[in-house]
Amino acid sequence: MIQIRGLTKIYNGVPVLDGIDLDIKKGERIAIIGPSGTGKSTLLRCLNFLEQPEKGEYILDGESIDVQKANAAQIKEMRLRTAFVFQNYALFANKTARENIAEGLITVRGEPKETAFERADEILHKIGLADKANAYPASLSGGQQQRVGIGRAMASNSELMLVDEPTSALDPEWVDEVLQLLTRVAQAHQTMLIVTHEMAFAKEIADRVLFMEGGRIVEQGPPEKMFTSPDDPRTRSFLRKVL
Amino acid sequence: MRALDLDYMLGLLPVLLKYLPLTLGMASVSMILALILASLFAIIRVVRFPVLDAATRLFISFFRGTPLLVQLFLFYYGLPQLVSILTAIDGVTAAIVGLTLHFSAYMAESIRAAILGVDRSQWEAAKSIGMSTGQMMRRIILPQAARVAAPTLINYFIDLIKSTSLAFTLGVTELMGAAQKEAAGSFLYFETFIVVAVIYWVVVESLAFIQSKIENRLSKAVSR
Repeated sequence: MIQIRGLTKIYNGVPVLDGIDLDIKKGERIAIIGPSGTGKSTLLRCLNFLEQPEKGEYILDGESIDVQKANAAQIKEMRLRTAFVFQNYALFANKTARENIAEGLITVRGEPKETAFERADEILHKIGLADKANAYPASLSGGQQQRVGIGRAMASNSELMLVDEPTSALDPEWVDEVLQLLTRVAQAHQTMLIVTHEMAFAKEIADRVLFMEGGRIVEQGPPEKMFTSPDDPRTRSFLRKVL
Repeated sequence: MRALDLDYMLGLLPVLLKYLPLTLGMASVSMILALILASLFAIIRVVRFPVLDAATRLFISFFRGTPLLVQLFLFYYGLPQLVSILTAIDGVTAAIVGLTLHFSAYMAESIRAAILGVDRSQWEAAKSIGMSTGQMMRRIILPQAARVAAPTLINYFIDLIKSTSLAFTLGVTELMGAAQKEAAGSFLYFETFIVVAVIYWVVVESLAFIQSKIENRLSKAVSR
Protein backbone atom coordinates (compact mmCIF):
# COMPACT_ATOMS: atom_id res chain seq x y z
CA MET A 1 0.00 0.00 0.00
CA ILE A 2 2.74 2.43 0.99
CA GLN A 3 6.37 1.72 0.21
CA ILE A 4 9.20 3.73 1.69
CA ARG A 5 12.57 3.76 -0.04
CA GLY A 6 15.86 5.18 1.27
CA LEU A 7 14.20 7.65 3.62
CA THR A 8 16.85 9.92 5.13
CA LYS A 9 16.45 12.73 7.63
CA ILE A 10 19.42 14.73 8.86
CA TYR A 11 19.51 17.01 11.92
CA ASN A 12 22.58 19.23 12.23
CA GLY A 13 24.64 16.93 10.05
CA VAL A 14 23.61 13.79 11.95
CA PRO A 15 21.37 11.30 10.12
CA VAL A 16 18.39 10.55 12.36
CA LEU A 17 16.92 8.36 9.67
CA ASP A 18 19.57 6.60 7.66
CA GLY A 19 18.01 5.17 4.52
CA ILE A 20 14.84 3.49 5.77
CA ASP A 21 13.18 0.92 3.50
CA LEU A 22 9.76 -0.27 4.55
CA ASP A 23 6.72 -1.79 2.84
CA ILE A 24 3.42 -1.35 4.63
CA LYS A 25 0.68 -3.71 3.54
CA LYS A 26 -3.00 -2.88 3.79
CA GLY A 27 -4.40 -3.92 7.15
CA GLU A 28 -0.96 -4.49 8.61
CA ARG A 29 -0.28 -3.38 12.16
CA ILE A 30 3.37 -2.58 12.70
CA ALA A 31 4.92 -1.76 16.07
CA ILE A 32 8.21 0.11 16.17
CA ILE A 33 10.35 -0.38 19.24
CA GLY A 34 13.84 0.72 20.17
CA PRO A 35 15.83 3.04 22.42
CA SER A 36 14.98 6.75 22.67
CA GLY A 37 16.40 9.06 20.02
CA THR A 38 16.78 6.42 17.34
CA GLY A 39 14.43 8.00 14.82
CA LYS A 40 11.21 6.11 15.54
CA SER A 41 9.07 9.20 15.95
CA THR A 42 10.95 10.99 13.17
CA LEU A 43 9.96 8.21 10.78
CA LEU A 44 6.28 8.79 11.60
CA ARG A 45 6.66 12.55 11.37
CA CYS A 46 8.36 12.31 7.98
CA LEU A 47 5.52 10.18 6.62
CA ASN A 48 3.10 12.97 7.57
CA PHE A 49 5.55 15.66 6.36
CA LEU A 50 5.68 17.23 9.81
CA GLU A 51 9.39 16.89 9.09
CA GLN A 52 10.85 17.47 5.66
CA PRO A 53 13.10 14.49 4.88
CA GLU A 54 16.34 15.08 2.98
CA LYS A 55 16.14 12.06 0.70
CA GLY A 56 13.93 9.16 -0.16
CA GLU A 57 10.81 8.09 -1.95
CA TYR A 58 7.25 7.19 -1.04
CA ILE A 59 5.40 4.89 -3.39
CA LEU A 60 1.62 5.07 -3.04
CA ASP A 61 -0.24 2.46 -5.09
CA GLY A 62 2.58 2.55 -7.61
CA GLU A 63 2.76 6.36 -7.78
CA SER A 64 6.10 7.67 -6.61
CA ILE A 65 6.76 10.81 -4.58
CA ASP A 66 10.31 12.10 -4.37
CA VAL A 67 10.26 13.46 -0.81
CA GLN A 68 12.78 16.16 -1.55
CA LYS A 69 10.73 17.60 -4.41
CA ALA A 70 7.29 16.94 -2.96
CA ASN A 71 4.92 19.78 -3.88
CA ALA A 72 2.06 21.13 -1.80
CA ALA A 73 -0.48 18.81 -3.44
CA GLN A 74 1.66 15.73 -2.77
CA ILE A 75 2.27 16.77 0.82
CA LYS A 76 -1.46 17.23 1.31
CA GLU A 77 -2.12 13.83 -0.29
CA MET A 78 0.29 12.16 2.16
CA ARG A 79 -1.40 13.98 5.04
CA LEU A 80 -4.84 12.83 3.92
CA ARG A 81 -3.64 9.26 3.57
CA THR A 82 -2.06 9.25 7.03
CA ALA A 83 -3.70 10.19 10.34
CA PHE A 84 -1.44 11.19 13.19
CA VAL A 85 -1.98 10.45 16.88
CA PHE A 86 0.36 12.63 18.93
CA GLN A 87 2.20 11.79 22.10
CA ASN A 88 0.88 15.01 23.72
CA TYR A 89 -2.63 14.56 22.16
CA ALA A 90 -2.43 17.99 20.44
CA LEU A 91 -6.17 18.51 20.46
CA PHE A 92 -7.31 21.89 19.15
CA ALA A 93 -7.62 23.89 22.37
CA ASN A 94 -10.30 26.19 20.94
CA LYS A 95 -12.58 23.34 19.82
CA THR A 96 -14.76 20.91 21.74
CA ALA A 97 -14.20 17.15 21.61
CA ARG A 98 -16.89 16.87 18.94
CA GLU A 99 -15.44 19.74 16.90
CA ASN A 100 -11.94 18.29 17.18
CA ILE A 101 -13.15 15.10 15.54
CA ALA A 102 -15.23 16.85 12.87
CA GLU A 103 -12.75 19.63 12.04
CA GLY A 104 -10.72 17.83 9.40
CA LEU A 105 -13.82 16.45 7.72
CA ILE A 106 -15.36 19.91 7.40
CA THR A 107 -12.34 22.09 6.70
CA VAL A 108 -10.05 19.80 4.75
CA ARG A 109 -12.34 17.20 3.20
CA GLY A 110 -15.21 19.62 2.56
CA GLU A 111 -17.94 17.45 4.06
CA PRO A 112 -21.21 19.13 5.02
CA LYS A 113 -21.38 19.99 8.70
CA GLU A 114 -24.33 17.70 9.45
CA THR A 115 -22.67 14.53 8.18
CA ALA A 116 -19.34 15.48 9.77
CA PHE A 117 -20.94 15.99 13.16
CA GLU A 118 -22.98 12.81 12.74
CA ARG A 119 -19.73 10.96 12.16
CA ALA A 120 -18.15 12.73 15.14
CA ASP A 121 -21.02 11.64 17.39
CA GLU A 122 -20.74 8.09 16.14
CA ILE A 123 -17.02 8.10 16.97
CA LEU A 124 -17.56 9.74 20.37
CA HIS A 125 -19.89 6.86 21.12
CA LYS A 126 -17.29 4.31 19.99
CA ILE A 127 -14.55 5.84 22.14
CA GLY A 128 -16.92 6.05 25.12
CA LEU A 129 -16.99 9.84 25.35
CA ALA A 130 -20.49 10.64 24.11
CA ASP A 131 -21.12 12.55 27.33
CA LYS A 132 -18.05 14.73 26.73
CA ALA A 133 -19.02 15.86 23.22
CA ASN A 134 -19.13 19.54 24.14
CA ALA A 135 -16.21 19.56 26.55
CA TYR A 136 -13.08 21.52 25.71
CA PRO A 137 -9.75 19.66 25.89
CA ALA A 138 -8.64 21.59 28.98
CA SER A 139 -11.46 20.02 30.99
CA LEU A 140 -10.69 16.43 29.90
CA SER A 141 -8.28 14.03 31.59
CA GLY A 142 -5.13 13.01 29.73
CA GLY A 143 -6.67 9.65 28.91
CA GLN A 144 -9.85 11.24 27.59
CA GLN A 145 -7.86 13.72 25.51
CA GLN A 146 -5.84 10.94 23.94
CA ARG A 147 -9.02 9.00 23.18
CA VAL A 148 -10.35 12.07 21.37
CA GLY A 149 -6.98 12.28 19.59
CA ILE A 150 -7.46 8.70 18.41
CA GLY A 151 -11.07 9.53 17.51
CA ARG A 152 -9.87 12.42 15.37
CA ALA A 153 -7.56 10.03 13.53
CA MET A 154 -10.38 7.48 13.12
CA ALA A 155 -12.72 10.11 11.66
CA SER A 156 -10.46 10.75 8.69
CA ASN A 157 -10.73 7.13 7.48
CA SER A 158 -7.09 7.48 6.47
CA GLU A 159 -5.36 4.42 5.06
CA LEU A 160 -2.57 4.58 7.57
CA MET A 161 -2.74 5.61 11.21
CA LEU A 162 0.53 6.91 12.64
CA VAL A 163 0.55 6.54 16.41
CA ASP A 164 3.47 8.21 18.17
CA GLU A 165 4.06 6.95 21.72
CA PRO A 166 0.37 7.31 22.58
CA THR A 167 0.75 6.65 26.30
CA SER A 168 4.15 8.17 27.11
CA ALA A 169 2.70 11.48 28.30
CA LEU A 170 -0.08 9.87 30.34
CA ASP A 171 -0.33 9.34 34.06
CA PRO A 172 -0.28 5.57 34.71
CA GLU A 173 -3.98 5.53 35.64
CA TRP A 174 -5.01 6.50 32.08
CA VAL A 175 -2.73 4.15 30.14
CA ASP A 176 -5.10 1.18 30.09
CA GLU A 177 -8.11 2.96 28.61
CA VAL A 178 -5.99 4.31 25.76
CA LEU A 179 -4.35 0.96 25.04
CA GLN A 180 -7.75 -0.75 25.11
CA LEU A 181 -9.10 1.69 22.55
CA LEU A 182 -6.05 1.27 20.32
CA THR A 183 -6.39 -2.49 20.60
CA ARG A 184 -9.95 -2.23 19.33
CA VAL A 185 -8.84 -0.01 16.45
CA ALA A 186 -6.12 -2.53 15.63
CA GLN A 187 -8.57 -5.44 15.79
CA ALA A 188 -10.65 -3.67 13.13
CA HIS A 189 -7.60 -4.11 10.87
CA GLN A 190 -6.79 -0.43 10.61
CA THR A 191 -3.35 -0.20 9.00
CA MET A 192 -1.13 1.26 11.70
CA LEU A 193 2.40 2.22 12.47
CA ILE A 194 2.78 2.49 16.24
CA VAL A 195 5.81 3.70 18.12
CA THR A 196 5.50 2.38 21.64
CA HIS A 197 7.35 1.45 24.79
CA GLU A 198 4.48 -0.81 25.89
CA MET A 199 5.92 -4.18 24.92
CA ALA A 200 2.97 -6.30 26.03
CA PHE A 201 0.67 -4.14 23.93
CA ALA A 202 3.00 -4.34 20.92
CA LYS A 203 3.13 -8.09 21.26
CA GLU A 204 -0.66 -8.35 21.42
CA ILE A 205 -1.66 -6.17 18.48
CA ALA A 206 1.26 -6.19 16.03
CA ASP A 207 1.57 -8.34 12.93
CA ARG A 208 5.15 -7.20 12.66
CA VAL A 209 7.62 -5.63 15.04
CA LEU A 210 10.47 -3.37 13.89
CA PHE A 211 13.47 -2.77 16.09
CA MET A 212 15.18 0.54 15.28
CA GLU A 213 18.52 1.85 16.42
CA GLY A 214 20.72 4.63 15.08
CA GLY A 215 18.22 5.64 12.41
CA ARG A 216 18.06 2.18 10.89
CA ILE A 217 15.77 -0.80 11.04
CA VAL A 218 18.04 -3.33 12.72
CA GLU A 219 15.68 -6.25 12.72
CA GLN A 220 12.06 -7.05 12.03
CA GLY A 221 9.75 -9.99 12.33
CA PRO A 222 6.54 -11.33 13.82
CA PRO A 223 6.14 -10.49 17.52
CA GLU A 224 6.43 -14.13 18.65
CA LYS A 225 9.93 -14.29 17.20
CA MET A 226 11.02 -10.73 18.01
CA PHE A 227 10.11 -10.94 21.67
CA THR A 228 11.40 -14.48 22.28
CA SER A 229 14.33 -15.20 20.00
CA PRO A 230 15.54 -12.13 18.10
CA ASP A 231 18.60 -12.67 15.91
CA ASP A 232 20.43 -9.42 16.44
CA PRO A 233 22.42 -8.91 19.68
CA ARG A 234 21.28 -5.22 19.79
CA THR A 235 17.61 -6.31 19.82
CA ARG A 236 18.37 -8.87 22.53
CA SER A 237 20.19 -6.32 24.66
CA PHE A 238 17.37 -3.77 24.30
CA LEU A 239 14.66 -6.29 25.17
CA ARG A 240 16.60 -7.50 28.19
CA LYS A 241 16.44 -3.95 29.55
CA VAL A 242 12.75 -3.32 28.93
CA LEU A 243 11.08 -6.70 29.47
CA MET B 1 -9.11 82.22 42.56
CA ARG B 2 -12.60 82.26 41.09
CA ALA B 3 -15.42 79.76 41.56
CA LEU B 4 -16.24 77.18 38.86
CA ASP B 5 -19.12 78.16 36.60
CA LEU B 6 -21.19 75.01 37.15
CA ASP B 7 -24.16 76.21 35.12
CA TYR B 8 -21.89 76.71 32.12
CA MET B 9 -20.48 73.23 32.60
CA LEU B 10 -23.91 71.60 32.81
CA GLY B 11 -25.05 73.50 29.75
CA LEU B 12 -21.91 72.54 27.85
CA LEU B 13 -22.26 68.81 28.46
CA PRO B 14 -25.14 68.18 26.00
CA VAL B 15 -23.49 70.45 23.44
CA LEU B 16 -20.25 68.48 23.53
CA LEU B 17 -21.96 65.08 23.74
CA LYS B 18 -23.34 65.72 20.24
CA TYR B 19 -19.77 65.29 18.98
CA LEU B 20 -19.14 62.05 20.84
CA PRO B 21 -20.59 59.89 18.02
CA LEU B 22 -18.03 61.32 15.58
CA THR B 23 -15.21 60.64 18.04
CA LEU B 24 -16.37 57.09 18.69
CA GLY B 25 -17.12 56.56 14.99
CA MET B 26 -13.60 57.56 13.94
CA ALA B 27 -12.15 55.39 16.69
CA SER B 28 -14.27 52.34 15.78
CA VAL B 29 -13.66 52.53 12.04
CA SER B 30 -9.91 53.01 12.63
CA MET B 31 -9.88 50.12 15.09
CA ILE B 32 -11.58 47.69 12.71
CA LEU B 33 -9.33 48.66 9.80
CA ALA B 34 -6.25 48.55 12.03
CA LEU B 35 -7.18 45.08 13.30
CA ILE B 36 -7.48 43.73 9.76
CA LEU B 37 -4.20 45.34 8.68
CA ALA B 38 -2.41 44.28 11.85
CA SER B 39 -3.53 40.65 11.46
CA LEU B 40 -2.23 40.66 7.88
CA PHE B 41 1.10 42.18 8.96
CA ALA B 42 1.39 39.71 11.82
CA ILE B 43 0.77 36.73 9.52
CA ILE B 44 3.25 38.08 6.97
CA ARG B 45 5.87 38.36 9.70
CA VAL B 46 5.13 34.95 11.24
CA VAL B 47 5.09 33.08 7.92
CA ARG B 48 8.06 35.22 6.72
CA PHE B 49 6.87 35.90 3.18
CA PRO B 50 10.16 37.00 1.55
CA VAL B 51 9.66 40.57 0.22
CA LEU B 52 6.49 41.39 2.14
CA ASP B 53 8.19 40.60 5.43
CA ALA B 54 10.90 43.22 4.86
CA ALA B 55 8.32 45.78 3.68
CA THR B 56 6.16 45.13 6.73
CA ARG B 57 9.10 45.56 9.07
CA LEU B 58 9.97 48.89 7.47
CA PHE B 59 6.34 49.99 7.74
CA ILE B 60 6.08 49.02 11.41
CA SER B 61 9.40 50.65 12.18
CA PHE B 62 8.31 53.95 10.61
CA PHE B 63 4.86 54.12 12.18
CA ARG B 64 6.12 53.18 15.62
CA GLY B 65 9.16 55.38 15.36
CA THR B 66 7.46 58.68 14.53
CA PRO B 67 4.83 60.69 16.44
CA LEU B 68 1.20 60.26 15.47
CA LEU B 69 0.81 64.02 15.10
CA VAL B 70 3.65 64.15 12.58
CA GLN B 71 2.04 61.31 10.63
CA LEU B 72 -1.35 63.07 10.59
CA PHE B 73 0.23 66.30 9.33
CA LEU B 74 2.10 64.33 6.66
CA PHE B 75 -1.13 62.79 5.38
CA TYR B 76 -3.31 65.84 5.55
CA TYR B 77 -1.01 68.76 4.82
CA GLY B 78 2.02 67.08 3.22
CA LEU B 79 0.94 64.38 0.82
CA PRO B 80 -1.61 66.48 -1.11
CA GLN B 81 1.26 68.76 -2.18
CA LEU B 82 2.90 65.80 -3.90
CA VAL B 83 -0.17 63.94 -5.08
CA SER B 84 -2.72 66.50 -6.20
CA ILE B 85 -5.64 64.06 -6.17
CA LEU B 86 -5.29 63.85 -2.38
CA THR B 87 -6.29 67.51 -1.91
CA ALA B 88 -9.87 66.23 -2.03
CA ILE B 89 -9.32 64.21 1.15
CA ASP B 90 -11.20 65.59 4.15
CA GLY B 91 -9.96 65.82 7.72
CA VAL B 92 -12.01 62.89 9.02
CA THR B 93 -10.73 60.55 6.31
CA ALA B 94 -7.15 61.70 6.82
CA ALA B 95 -7.47 61.15 10.56
CA ILE B 96 -8.91 57.65 10.07
CA VAL B 97 -6.11 56.73 7.66
CA GLY B 98 -3.46 58.08 10.02
CA LEU B 99 -4.90 56.41 13.12
CA THR B 100 -5.37 53.12 11.25
CA LEU B 101 -1.80 52.96 10.00
CA HIS B 102 -0.29 54.14 13.27
CA PHE B 103 -2.19 51.69 15.47
CA SER B 104 -1.91 48.79 13.03
CA ALA B 105 1.86 49.00 13.45
CA TYR B 106 1.58 48.59 17.23
CA MET B 107 -1.14 45.97 17.10
CA ALA B 108 0.72 43.90 14.51
CA GLU B 109 3.51 43.30 16.99
CA SER B 110 1.20 42.18 19.79
CA ILE B 111 -0.79 39.94 17.46
CA ARG B 112 2.47 38.48 16.18
CA ALA B 113 3.61 37.73 19.72
CA ALA B 114 0.24 36.13 20.49
CA ILE B 115 0.42 33.96 17.36
CA LEU B 116 3.92 32.80 18.24
CA GLY B 117 2.66 32.05 21.74
CA VAL B 118 0.20 29.43 20.47
CA ASP B 119 1.62 26.03 21.34
CA ARG B 120 3.67 24.26 18.68
CA SER B 121 1.39 21.21 18.95
CA GLN B 122 -1.56 23.23 17.62
CA TRP B 123 0.32 24.05 14.41
CA GLU B 124 1.42 20.46 13.97
CA ALA B 125 -2.03 19.01 14.58
CA ALA B 126 -3.54 21.44 12.05
CA LYS B 127 -0.93 20.58 9.44
CA SER B 128 -1.12 16.85 10.11
CA ILE B 129 -4.80 16.72 9.14
CA GLY B 130 -3.97 18.49 5.87
CA MET B 131 -5.00 22.09 6.57
CA SER B 132 -3.53 24.81 4.38
CA THR B 133 -1.69 27.66 6.10
CA GLY B 134 -4.76 29.88 5.66
CA GLN B 135 -7.13 27.32 7.15
CA MET B 136 -4.75 26.67 10.02
CA MET B 137 -4.50 30.39 10.80
CA ARG B 138 -8.24 31.07 10.51
CA ARG B 139 -9.58 28.01 12.31
CA ILE B 140 -6.95 27.18 14.92
CA ILE B 141 -4.15 29.68 15.46
CA LEU B 142 -5.82 33.11 15.25
CA PRO B 143 -8.76 32.23 17.53
CA GLN B 144 -6.31 31.10 20.19
CA ALA B 145 -4.02 34.06 19.63
CA ALA B 146 -7.01 36.41 19.92
CA ARG B 147 -7.61 35.24 23.45
CA VAL B 148 -4.05 36.13 24.40
CA ALA B 149 -3.99 39.41 22.48
CA ALA B 150 -7.46 40.68 23.48
CA PRO B 151 -6.47 42.62 26.63
CA THR B 152 -3.61 44.39 24.84
CA LEU B 153 -5.76 45.15 21.81
CA ILE B 154 -8.48 46.70 23.96
CA ASN B 155 -5.80 48.84 25.58
CA TYR B 156 -4.83 50.04 22.11
CA PHE B 157 -8.48 50.81 21.40
CA ILE B 158 -8.59 52.94 24.54
CA ASP B 159 -5.47 54.72 23.40
CA LEU B 160 -7.01 55.11 19.95
CA ILE B 161 -10.18 56.77 21.30
CA LYS B 162 -8.08 59.33 23.11
CA SER B 163 -5.86 59.84 20.08
CA THR B 164 -8.83 60.87 17.94
CA SER B 165 -8.58 64.19 19.79
CA LEU B 166 -5.61 64.98 17.57
CA ALA B 167 -7.99 65.14 14.60
CA PHE B 168 -8.90 68.66 15.69
CA THR B 169 -5.48 69.72 14.38
CA LEU B 170 -6.74 68.68 10.93
CA GLY B 171 -9.75 70.95 11.35
CA VAL B 172 -12.15 68.17 12.34
CA THR B 173 -14.83 69.27 14.80
CA GLU B 174 -14.95 66.19 16.98
CA LEU B 175 -15.14 66.26 20.77
CA MET B 176 -11.86 68.14 21.26
CA GLY B 177 -12.40 70.43 18.28
CA ALA B 178 -15.87 71.36 19.52
CA ALA B 179 -14.52 72.07 22.99
CA GLN B 180 -11.79 74.26 21.53
CA LYS B 181 -14.44 76.35 19.76
CA GLU B 182 -16.64 76.60 22.85
CA ALA B 183 -13.73 77.66 25.01
CA ALA B 184 -12.66 80.29 22.51
CA GLY B 185 -16.15 81.81 22.75
CA SER B 186 -16.64 81.65 26.53
CA PHE B 187 -13.02 82.05 27.67
CA LEU B 188 -13.87 79.43 30.34
CA TYR B 189 -10.97 77.16 29.42
CA PHE B 190 -10.82 75.22 32.67
CA GLU B 191 -14.55 74.46 32.75
CA THR B 192 -14.60 73.47 29.10
CA PHE B 193 -11.63 71.12 29.17
CA ILE B 194 -12.57 69.51 32.46
CA VAL B 195 -15.94 68.61 30.90
CA VAL B 196 -14.10 67.14 27.88
CA ALA B 197 -11.74 65.24 30.15
CA VAL B 198 -14.65 63.74 32.10
CA ILE B 199 -16.40 62.63 28.90
CA TYR B 200 -13.26 60.81 27.68
CA TRP B 201 -12.73 59.37 31.14
CA VAL B 202 -16.27 57.94 31.40
CA VAL B 203 -16.06 56.45 27.89
CA VAL B 204 -12.72 54.79 28.63
CA GLU B 205 -13.85 53.46 32.01
CA SER B 206 -16.98 51.94 30.44
CA LEU B 207 -14.74 50.24 27.93
CA ALA B 208 -12.46 48.93 30.66
CA PHE B 209 -15.54 47.43 32.28
CA ILE B 210 -16.54 45.69 29.04
CA GLN B 211 -12.92 44.57 28.69
CA SER B 212 -13.03 42.64 31.95
CA LYS B 213 -16.31 40.99 30.87
CA ILE B 214 -14.83 39.92 27.55
CA GLU B 215 -11.72 38.54 29.19
CA ASN B 216 -13.83 36.47 31.55
CA ARG B 217 -15.82 35.04 28.66
CA LEU B 218 -12.76 34.26 26.57
CA SER B 219 -11.01 32.44 29.36
CA LYS B 220 -14.14 30.43 30.09
CA ALA B 221 -14.52 29.31 26.49
CA VAL B 222 -11.26 27.45 26.66
CA SER B 223 -11.13 26.26 30.23
CA ARG B 224 -14.55 24.69 30.27
